Amino acid sequence: MMKRTGAQIVWETLMREGVEVVFGYPGGANLPIYDAMLDYPVRHVLVRHEQGAAHMADGYARASGKVGVAMATSGPGATNLVTGIATAMMDSSPVVFLTGQVVSKFIGYDAFQETDVTGITLPITKHNYLVTRVEELGDTLREAFYIARTGRPGPVLVDIAKDAQQNSTDWEYSDRPIQLRGYRPNRHPLSKQVEQALEMLSTARKPLILAGRGVLLSGAMRELREFAERAHVPVAVTLLGIGSFPASHPLSLGMMGMHGEAWVNQAIQESDLLLAFGMRFDDRVTGNLKTYAPNARKIHLDIDPAEINKNVRVDVGIVGDLRESLQTFLEHLPQMDHSDWVEHINTLKGESAVRDIQYLPPDGHLYAAHVIHDLWRYTGGNALVVTDVGQHQMWAAQYYRHDQPFQWITSGGLGTMGFGLPAAIGARIARPDAEVWAIVGDGGFQMTAAELSTAAQEGVKVNVAIINNGFLGMVRQWQEFFYDRRYAATPMRSPDFVKLAEAHGLTGLRVWRREEVFDAIQRARETDGTVVIDFRVEQEDSVYPMVPAGADLHNMIRRPVRNPLVETAQDEM
Amino acid sequence: MRHTLVALVEDKPGVLNRVASLFRRRAFNIESLTVGHTEQPGLSRMTIVVDGDDIAIERLIAYLYKLVNVVHVEDLTHVPAVTRDLAMIKVAAPPETRTQVMQVVDVYRARIVDVTSQSLIIEVTGDEEKIESFVEVLRPLGILEMVRTGLLAMSRGGAPLYPPPNGNGNGHHAAASAD
Repeated sequence: MMKRTGAQIVWETLMREGVEVVFGYPGGANLPIYDAMLDYPVRHVLVRHEQGAAHMADGYARASGKVGVAMATSGPGATNLVTGIATAMMDSSPVVFLTGQVVSKFIGYDAFQETDVTGITLPITKHNYLVTRVEELGDTLREAFYIARTGRPGPVLVDIAKDAQQNSTDWEYSDRPIQLRGYRPNRHPLSKQVEQALEMLSTARKPLILAGRGVLLSGAMRELREFAERAHVPVAVTLLGIGSFPASHPLSLGMMGMHGEAWVNQAIQESDLLLAFGMRFDDRVTGNLKTYAPNARKIHLDIDPAEINKNVRVDVGIVGDLRESLQTFLEHLPQMDHSDWVEHINTLKGESAVRDIQYLPPDGHLYAAHVIHDLWRYTGGNALVVTDVGQHQMWAAQYYRHDQPFQWITSGGLGTMGFGLPAAIGARIARPDAEVWAIVGDGGFQMTAAELSTAAQEGVKVNVAIINNGFLGMVRQWQEFFYDRRYAATPMRSPDFVKLAEAHGLTGLRVWRREEVFDAIQRARETDGTVVIDFRVEQEDSVYPMVPAGADLHNMIRRPVRNPLVETAQDEM
Repeated sequence: MRHTLVALVEDKPGVLNRVASLFRRRAFNIESLTVGHTEQPGLSRMTIVVDGDDIAIERLIAYLYKLVNVVHVEDLTHVPAVTRDLAMIKVAAPPETRTQVMQVVDVYRARIVDVTSQSLIIEVTGDEEKIESFVEVLRPLGILEMVRTGLLAMSRGGAPLYPPPNGNGNGHHAAASAD
């Protein structure tokens, strides 16, 4: 046994957990941890705002499959993490947050920079801890990592009183298995339920797989593919499930839900069996629950029992690790044929193609869809795409086609504007060889644009494609559709993004016309360091199709068949 | 309908807050919640009375299991169980009505635990119905103050409430199928 300070215990435990990089911001209440950091081989990324640290750690976790770590001091440092913690919670991202807390004897007296951080983060963490005694610190940290990455992953926060960082104790890292009485995730599916599900599948004529982020989190991509091929079942993905099934696969339908492809939503409504794999029937996916897939029996596979029957009542709910569950299925799954059904869906696809903006004749304007389509083409579909939240996010989901897993990072559940740039920085640090593109809007980008400075200081290369339409585009779209075009507070003036990049010592480019897109993308790829491209796209374009919030899934607003610009002009006359 | 749940939870700081906060943020209304030690070291037991249909309660139980400190949950609503509530009632008892009060205490097998010249504190245990009826009888005599513990519940028979020792998770798999 050796005497260790709490701060040393923090770093030694992090080293043993395989942590190589932490994202953070120092302050009074975590100074001992920062001081001790200098003695350990760890990379620290100094952010410009703690929200940036949280999103970077999240992006790091999503890109690497490892646990991300973000640190902040007490009070305002910790509260600045909150948006990032909630984002990680909604998207099941494994992140450990370490916050400093005031000296334990001051807790409860409104001391300088004291806030009840465990209280504040209670509903947005998988679990959290307040550590006031150095003796508890080591085990608590081990538990935090264990809880963050096992079962349904999620954020865990450890709030550490300053004296617990400073005090010493006899301590040695122990790798004995962690036993928690109340936390034992169900990994193994019940075979009886698998049998029941197989029985249902054997009689289904129009089955459909709905694949979510659970496929990626459990690493079940190969099993999903084998399942789909052997059972001959088409696969639709959720926004966060993009990449779990190759977009170019003949059985791939694309994204479902509010801005999903029309044929996907139609197929869901017509199906007679839904196989939901690691997805949670979010309201953006189902539309009106009363009319959702009315003729379909439902089988739901998820690691989290609380997701079964939460939004949609299912006929069979199988709790377990998705990969293991699918393996159990595959042991008994015969070769099937659903050609009639697959062909029927293909005819639905054909109908939709005429409405796709890609097939409209050029009208001299640059559309966001063009930019993203070109980005996909010129990067060979191989970029790691990180998005912010809004119209550009949906266009990126629709037009960048991912054949590989873990090449798509986006804030789904919480829809956090400002997520894109910092998450992209975290992703690039996790995968230094990946070509990382942050696709952001002019609005969300400005929420965390200060992190350009972090990218510059750290020498992190990400390419930032700003889809700049001079509006808070998605809100403007809702105002156009549902508020009689009263554009309250959505027109947005932005700084000169090229100069903003240059002010950070980075490269900035601007693109007005489609002919310039290729050059800009090439230059960004060839330039060292972060490059910001300001794509000036058509201002009043909308994301189609759209299922209005709460509407029936098959009642979509479709892109007008003719040139949308001409129609818009006519409407205004 | 009213459901009576019992939860075994780890005896750690903040656990009550975690449970109560869960009810609030998931929009369930707690009618009564009692907490106390159990025969097992490190485990506390909560009895929670909550209103909701069977489907909502099934969801609530699943949410409870998501809390890391919750070890085991059971719904005692549809199983034979003993439920008890304890009330202490301070009643005006001047010499004129004192005998009357004491007769009622006798009938209900309650106990007098404090006596002054003008008042009595009465302790009564029983199911909720009994206590409510007792309160109604005492009310005209002048109740000065009342406090109740809220419900405690225990299933009848020999099998104790105990979490499955180990193996496949905490054993919670949610409902197998819809009706």
